[in-house]
Amino acid sequence: MTASGTFGYGEEYEDFFDISQLGGIIVKGTTGSHREGNPYPRMAETPHGMLNAVGLQNKGVDYFVKEIYPRIKDYNTNMLVNVSGSTVEEYEDVARKINELEKIPGIELNISCPNVKEGGMAFGTSCPSAVSVINAVRKVYDKHIMVKLSPNVTNVAEIAHAVEGEGADSVSLINTLLGMAIDAESRRPLLSTVTGGLSGPAVKPVALRMVWQVSQAVKIPVVGLGGIMTAADAIEFMLAGASAVQIGTANFIDPLVSVKVIKGMEDYCERHDIGAVRELTGGMITE
Amino acid sequence: MKKYIDDFIVTDNRRLNGEYVILTLELDRDLPEILPGQFAEVKVDNAPNTFLRRPISIHDVVEEKRQIKLLVQEIGEGTRVMGSLQKGDKLNLVYPLGNSFSDPATKEVLLVGGGCGVAPLLYLGRKLKEKGITPRFLLGARNSEGLIALDEYKKVGEVNVTTEDGSMGTKGFVIHHPLMRTDSPVYDHVYTCGPEAMMKVVAKYSEKHGIKCEVSLENRMACGIGACLCCVTDTKDGHVCTCTDGPVFDSTYLKW
Repeated sequence: MTASGTFGYGEEYEDFFDISQLGGIIVKGTTGSHREGNPYPRMAETPHGMLNAVGLQNKGVDYFVKEIYPRIKDYNTNMLVNVSGSTVEEYEDVARKINELEKIPGIELNISCPNVKEGGMAFGTSCPSAVSVINAVRKVYDKHIMVKLSPNVTNVAEIAHAVEGEGADSVSLINTLLGMAIDAESRRPLLSTVTGGLSGPAVKPVALRMVWQVSQAVKIPVVGLGGIMTAADAIEFMLAGASAVQIGTANFIDPLVSVKVIKGMEDYCERHDIGAVRELTGGMITE
Repeated sequence: MKKYIDDFIVTDNRRLNGEYVILTLELDRDLPEILPGQFAEVKVDNAPNTFLRRPISIHDVVEEKRQIKLLVQEIGEGTRVMGSLQKGDKLNLVYPLGNSFSDPATKEVLLVGGGCGVAPLLYLGRKLKEKGITPRFLLGARNSEGLIALDEYKKVGEVNVTTEDGSMGTKGFVIHHPLMRTDSPVYDHVYTCGPEAMMKVVAKYSEKHGIKCEVSLENRMACGIGACLCCVTDTKDGHVCTCTDGPVFDSTYLKW
C-alpha cells in the first residue's frame, strides 16, 4: 500500500506506472471541513529523512465525496480514505459519509497527526481518548477500520490493545515522529510551526521496534510503515510482525518505488523458497 | 502533461565560475514536449546528506540533440555534487513538471532575472524568439562575476544588466535600471524569476503600470508532483502547490 499524504489520490502517479499493481492506496487525510493547513515553510530535509508540517490540508469530506470519489472509485486497487478530525464528532461525521461510498473498502483512522493544533495526535496518545474515537466511529462505519498509531507515546502496545478492544480491524504504524530543525546561521526554525513530523529511513528502527511490540500485543493485523525504501526494508517489517506494509516518503524520491518493492519481495520469497509473502509475518528468528 | 522518469547522460559540464555550472544532459530518445518555466526533480546520487530530489529549472532545451540544460548554483551538498558531475555520468530526472509561462498578448516583453533565477528565462526567450518576438532581458547580480552565461542570452535577445557594485551595466538593483524607472514602460508583459524581494518590486512596478507580470517561485519541495503538499504558496484561493499550480503565477494571484 502507499501511505496517506505521500501518494495524493493516486492520480499524481498514474503517468509513472499502472497503479492497479498496488495492494492499496491510502488517500490523503480527509477532515469534516476544508482546511488550509499550516503556513509555508512546511518541509525541511534532515539526514536520511524529512520533517513535514502540512497540517492536513484538504478540501473536506463533502468535496471528496462529490469531486474526488467519482474520479478515483474505479481504480483497480483498494482505495482507503485516511480520516482525521479535531473532535470525536468530526471523525464520526467523516466516517459516516465515507461509509456511503461503495467503492471504498475501508478507512484509516488517523489519531496520530502531529501537525494540527487540536485533535489529531492528541487522540492517539492516551488510551481513553483513542478508545473514544474508535468507539464512536465503529458505530457509524461498517467496513474495515485501520487505526493509524502515533509513535509519540511511551507504550504503543497499550494503545494498540485498547484500539483492538473497541473493534478496530487492523492497526497501521508508525505515523511521523515529532521532531524539529533549526537553521544555526539565522537562528530560526526551518518549519513555520517549529515542530513537525519526521519520516524517512531515519525513523525505520523506531518503527520496526514498535511494529514488533504491537504485533505481540494484538491479534488483529498490523500494517508496518516508517522509512521503507527497499524490498529488504519491507521484509524486515513483515518479519517483525507486520501483515502488510505501506510506503510513504520513498514515493517522493522514486515514484516507482512501490512496484520495485513488490517485485523485490517476490524475488526474496522465490530465493528463500517461501510460498507466499504472508508466511513472512512474524518470522524473525530470535533463538 | 504527461510526466516522465528517465536516466539522462551528462554530455557536458560547463563551469561558469566558482558557484555556477551548466549541465548538458542527453536522453537516448526524443524528448517529450517541455514548456518554458517547467522544471525537473533531479535525483542526486553520492550525496550522503541529501535525501530528496532537487527541483531545478529547465534552463534550455535542444530538441534536435535530445538535450536538456540545467543551470546549477552550488549552494549545498546536493548541488555541489551536481556541479562535480563528469561527462558520461548518469542523472535521473522526473520531468517536465509544473505549469509554464504564458504567451504574451503583444510583442513587447521584458524578462527580469536575478541570481540563479535567470535560469528559466533563457528557454523562455528562445521560445518567444521562435514566435517572432525579440525578448528584452534585464538581468541583475551582485557583481559582474554573478552575471552568468550572458553570451547565451545575447544569442537570443537584447540583454540589459545591473550590478549592485556597478562593475557591469547599471549600478543598483534591476528596479534601478532605466527600463524599470520610466513611467511609460515600452513592454506589456513582464516575466520574472529570482530572489523574492526582487520579484516583489518587479511585480509592484508592473502592477502599478497595468502590466501583466508572471513570477516563477522557488519553494522547498519534496515530491514535485502535487502529492505531498509541502511547497504551498498563499494565493487568492488559499494554499496551492507551487509544483503543480506553479511554479509560474500571475503576480496579482499571489498573497505576498
